[in-house]
Amino acid sequence: MKVTIIDYGMGNLFSVQRAVEICGVTNITLGTTPDDIIGADCLILPGVGAFKDGMQGLKAAGLVEPIKAYSGSGKPLLGICLGAQMLATTGEEFGTHEGLDLISGRVTKIPAQAGEFTQKLPFIGWTPLSAPRTNGFADTALQRLNSEESVYLVHSFHLEVADSADLLATYDYGGVPVTAAIQRKNVTGMQFHPEKSSVVGLRILSDFLAQV
Amino acid sequence: MINKRLIARLDIKGPNLIKGIQLEGLRKLGDPQVFADRYYAQGVDELLYIDIVASLYGRSKLTEIVRRAARDVFVPMTVGGGVRTVDDVKELLRAGADKVAINTAAVARPDLIREVAQRFGSQCMVLSVEAKQQAPGQWEVYTDCGRERSGLDVIEWVQRGIELGAGEILVTSIDKEGSRSGFDIGLTRAVAAVADVPIIASGGYGIPSHVKDVVNVGADAVAVADALHYNRITLPALRQSMREMDIPVRKVNV
Repeated sequence: MKVTIIDYGMGNLFSVQRAVEICGVTNITLGTTPDDIIGADCLILPGVGAFKDGMQGLKAAGLVEPIKAYSGSGKPLLGICLGAQMLATTGEEFGTHEGLDLISGRVTKIPAQAGEFTQKLPFIGWTPLSAPRTNGFADTALQRLNSEESVYLVHSFHLEVADSADLLATYDYGGVPVTAAIQRKNVTGMQFHPEKSSVVGLRILSDFLAQV
Repeated sequence: MINKRLIARLDIKGPNLIKGIQLEGLRKLGDPQVFADRYYAQGVDELLYIDIVASLYGRSKLTEIVRRAARDVFVPMTVGGGVRTVDDVKELLRAGADKVAINTAAVARPDLIREVAQRFGSQCMVLSVEAKQQAPGQWEVYTDCGRERSGLDVIEWVQRGIELGAGEILVTSIDKEGSRSGFDIGLTRAVAAVADVPIIASGGYGIPSHVKDVVNVGADAVAVADALHYNRITLPALRQSMREMDIPVRKVNV
């Protein structure tokens, strides 16, 4: 199995790469070209930073169309953090920008105001996840996650899905449900960092890779 | 309730983990990786590395230490000490850091905060504030790990830092550091009153109830250093104490 981690100059690839290695994958490529992407058995789109910068990075490297083509092939694609947000139709950080449009929805600022309470942004920390789907996390990378386990997130924006069927996991932030993971067919987005969520995160990543 | 984070703080000098007493007296404790591995195995929520001499000498072994840690430690890492430019931040992030903490260089050139936040996001930009009390309800910002006065008022500086894009505030009390007498409650309360971003309280941990005291005045996370390094308490024991005091913390199976 050949896992390609897309390197477009945004963020911490090293931890993602190490986490994939720990999951037992030996053939890992840091992908920078369209060929790297098309040739992958499993594609990971990481990223830290602003939506606009991320999309510009992908465009500058000529990777937008190859990622879409790869996704259309049915092989697994995982976006992490900014990489998960860029799966959306549009992003609304520093203006409205086009995303990859692999999961219909908008990336918007987390509503910090709920009733009389104002929550801090960015959200930084560990939280358990809820499953909005009737069959819970079944048949997804989160299938072994239980309600007491926590994952690590750090973000101010999240993906509001257009079709609620695409919403895989949320967490509660002062009464507001915040998107923690989305999934449509072969495309999964994790707003949380599996590579920074200790043994729980590594298990989620391992379960994702097991689908390949 | 949102879980409060328990952060292990590792102060670094050259290749070594050190223990500081009010940021002056120093003692070598050994290879930081040994401690990082231990805290990871014990279920730490985050690691905080601060190179305490980098600001003075302008270079740092920190990148190597972080890269080494990132090989085996899969929790977030915040790294500070000697971070001066956007390129320094990029290098640390590529080595495995998730956030950078900046004090001295931000005081010298506040625009650095904005540059880092715009390039990598506010969530990467931790404003590190070393505070020393000057009068009741008044604290001054120090730089270079507590060695230099800046003339800045802590509360005004925190507000300015957040305006410029800081996404988190690390508040270290110089007065309390190494004292084991509890976190600076007045300082944390005053910072929390003006901060709409998360706050990490650092300096003064002695016993578990100190964490409750500082969480109650608005800390979102606490940094503990030598109590962990010297095994006066372990992370599982601290976590258990938090639960008994009804402080929400992450459930960890270790």
